[in-house]
Order: sequence, then structure tokens, then C-alpha cells
Amino acid sequence: MRKGIHEIVRMYRELSIIRDVVKGIHKLAPRVMKKYGIEKIKIMHVCGTHEHTITYYGLRSLMPEGLELIAGPGCPVCIAPTRIVDEAIELSLNYNVTLLTYGDMYKVPGTKMSLAKARSLGGDVRIVYGFLDAIKIAKKQNKPCVFLAVGFETTQPSVASHVVLRTIPQNLKLLVAYRLTVPAVDYVLNQPDIPLNGIIAPGHVTSITGAKAWKFIPEKYRLPAVVAGFEPLDVLLAILEILKQHLEGKFRVYNEYSRVDSWEGNVVAQKYVEKAFNVVDADWRGIGVIPKSGLELKRMFRNYDSRSMFYIKIDYSIDLPPGCKCGDVTLGKAVPTDCPLFMRGCTPSRPYGPCMVSSEGTCAVWARFGGGGKVKELARILGLNKVV
Amino acid sequence: MCLGIPGIVVEVREMTAIVDFGGVRREVDSLLVPDVKPGDYVIVHAGTIISKLDPKEAEETIKAWREVLEAMYEVEV
Repeated sequence: MRKGIHEIVRMYRELSIIRDVVKGIHKLAPRVMKKYGIEKIKIMHVCGTHEHTITYYGLRSLMPEGLELIAGPGCPVCIAPTRIVDEAIELSLNYNVTLLTYGDMYKVPGTKMSLAKARSLGGDVRIVYGFLDAIKIAKKQNKPCVFLAVGFETTQPSVASHVVLRTIPQNLKLLVAYRLTVPAVDYVLNQPDIPLNGIIAPGHVTSITGAKAWKFIPEKYRLPAVVAGFEPLDVLLAILEILKQHLEGKFRVYNEYSRVDSWEGNVVAQKYVEKAFNVVDADWRGIGVIPKSGLELKRMFRNYDSRSMFYIKIDYSIDLPPGCKCGDVTLGKAVPTDCPLFMRGCTPSRPYGPCMVSSEGTCAVWARFGGGGKVKELARILGLNKVV
Repeated sequence: MCLGIPGIVVEVREMTAIVDFGGVRREVDSLLVPDVKPGDYVIVHAGTIISKLDPKEAEETIKAWREVLEAMYEVEV
């Protein structure tokens, strides 16, 4: 009998094995700390969906004393430059353009306003689920449409394929702000003030890049890298594997998400991206320029670039609004509750900074499901952090 | 943003496929995994199939870890 899709998902939420894995983590963590003479083990993930799993299932409350799970740069919406948001707003308001965007970008604050606000002022802004929908809408329009192309490695090939195959209607242009997570992780590991003991690599980025993309982590930094899926058991197994590698003293890339990911990745998708885009240095909102971390359309495909049709000069844009700690939150240097604006001046219904917008922004996840010290305190009071 | 939703392919078209997400059916882009067949388990991200999902591998991973965990506790005792 074939398994339904829900049965497969459920296997990775099963309590008995989860309990055993948590027990294992509690056993190994103190040994790792003793081995190195450290008081803290810091494990970073770089994916908004991992943060969602960790916070939604309260996994931090199950961790032993001293083991910290840190959210790294895993939200493409949070780090899309303000300039791009401003440009999209300008297009929708003053150029008679239908602006097509993913839902995540809709409320992201630009310098003066968000796309949502631009729409309320009469801008033609529409939300699409995927690029296929953008193509369908553009075909029905007899005016120019611009697709706001943001996202990481997972998202890029879905547009690159249509660029290379030239299946994009004449009136549909791309405003490209793609960013790459692999160089961003390299950048974070290079920061002296964030000492890390392991990386949980994002399972869906890896479905495209292949697990091989992370081999620089054990090779260059002598740290474990575990590609993980998005169910609670996936994340817990990744943590256990990281601890195991430390005790064994041998570091490698381990693919926990082998039901979806391979070592080589999606070669078809990689080829489309290579053919459509050049890799360039790029700025990340709240962080700055990261070398070779962005994509731009190749010259032969410039006719799809919105800038080939509209020249918009953004004279002034602010990176982050005053007081916003989104940059530090994205790099894992601060947690949302460190920010004085969190749940005061900045809430999911009225986001002030970009990390509060996307369902994958660390601040938005914490706002909805809790997080920070209170979860741990509550777990301590209830005795949940001690696994018997 | 990189949210991926598992589903089962029910119909294959020229550049798209119809995928069943536990009851909800939707037309998705299949350019990145052109060899999908009806019955395949897939991961869909932003309206595009990005990868297949191997149900056997899903069971294998758990089986292998169960063994690791058992061995870990045996050593303890």
C-alpha cells in the first residue's frame, strides 16, 4: 500500500523517536562542552522555515543548558535592499505598470512606504504565488508588467528556466534582487564575534545546489554541516549529528534530508541559473555588501530586465529605519527580544523593520509563536527541559 | 520563503503538472524536474517542482537513526 503524503510527514513528527533523539542530545551536549572546555554550544541554521519549525514546536525548550539554536541569514525578504522595494513602489505608482510580487514582499517597508501602501494609493500591485502565475497575468494585460524577483537559490531557477527558454511574454519584465545563501554563510562564519559550533544547512536551497555546496564548512572552518528537512525530527537529528561529529572529531557534510536532497542537487535547475544569470557582489539589507552573493541577468537576456524599459533613479533610500535591529538579528548577533521595538513599535500587523514582515522573518516568527527567554523559563518551571 | 510543500503528481502536461496536496490540486511548473510521472512524490516551492521526494529514503533515514540511537544507549548500559 502506497503511503499518503501526510503519512510520510507524520513519520518525522513521531513522539517516541523524538524523545530518544532529545535524550541523545542531552547526553552528548555536556560531553562536547567538556571536551572543548566551553560553556555554550552554538548551532546556526540559515533558513526561515527552520526557524519556524524550531519556534513553532518549541524545540529550544527541549535543549539542554548551554545549547543555543541561532537563526542566521535565512529570509530573502528581510535582506532585499530597500532600494529595490522603493524602485518597485515607484514603478507601480508612476509608470502605469502592473507590479507582481510574492506575498512576503507585499508589506516590507521601503524608505517611504510598502507595496501594500502603494496599492492603497492606487498603484497596481498584485500578489502571485509563483512565476507561472505572473506569466498568466501578464498574458492577459495589455500594459507592461514587472515581476519583483527576490529569493534564494530555491526560488531562482523557477524564473531562470523561463528566461533561458524565452517563454516570458514581451510585456513582462524582471526586477532582479536575487541573493545566494552559500556565500552568506561563508560571510557569517568569517565574523569573529559570532563563534559557532555547527551549521544546519537549508534543505530546500540544497535541493537545488546539492549538499556539495556546503563542503567548505568542514573544509575551511572545521565545523559540522548538516543538511536538514523541516519537520521537528529533522532538526533534532541535525543537532544530534552535529554533536556526534564533535565527539568523533571528524567533520563532514551530512545529508539528513536524503529523501529530497542529493550530493549533486538539481542539475537541470543549476544549468538554467548559470545560463540566465551572472554572479555579482551584492548588498544585503542591514548587513552590507557580501562578495559574489547576488545574481544579475546576463547581457543576452537584458531585454527581460525592467531596467531596460524603465530608468528609475532612487536618490535616497534608508537601509533600516532608526532603532531597528534587523541586521543583527539576521546575522544571529541579536535575538528579536533584544530589540526595544519588538512587539512595541514593531508588530506583524504594523511592521517597522523587514524581519517582522515575512512569515519567515525571525521577528515575525517569534511574534507569532513566542521565543526567547520566556520559552526556556516556562520549560524549566514545567520540567520539560529535563528529559527522563 | 523557501517553503516547500510535498504533494503527489496526478497528471503531466507539456511544461506543467497537476499536483495533489492532500486533496487540493494545483497546476505547477515542472521545467526543473522534467521527468516527473503521475504517482511521483514531489516538493513544490513557489509553484514549481524543485525535487522529487523518495518515500523509501524517508523510512531508511529513520531506520538508520533508530539503530544509531539504540547503539548509543547500549554502550551507556
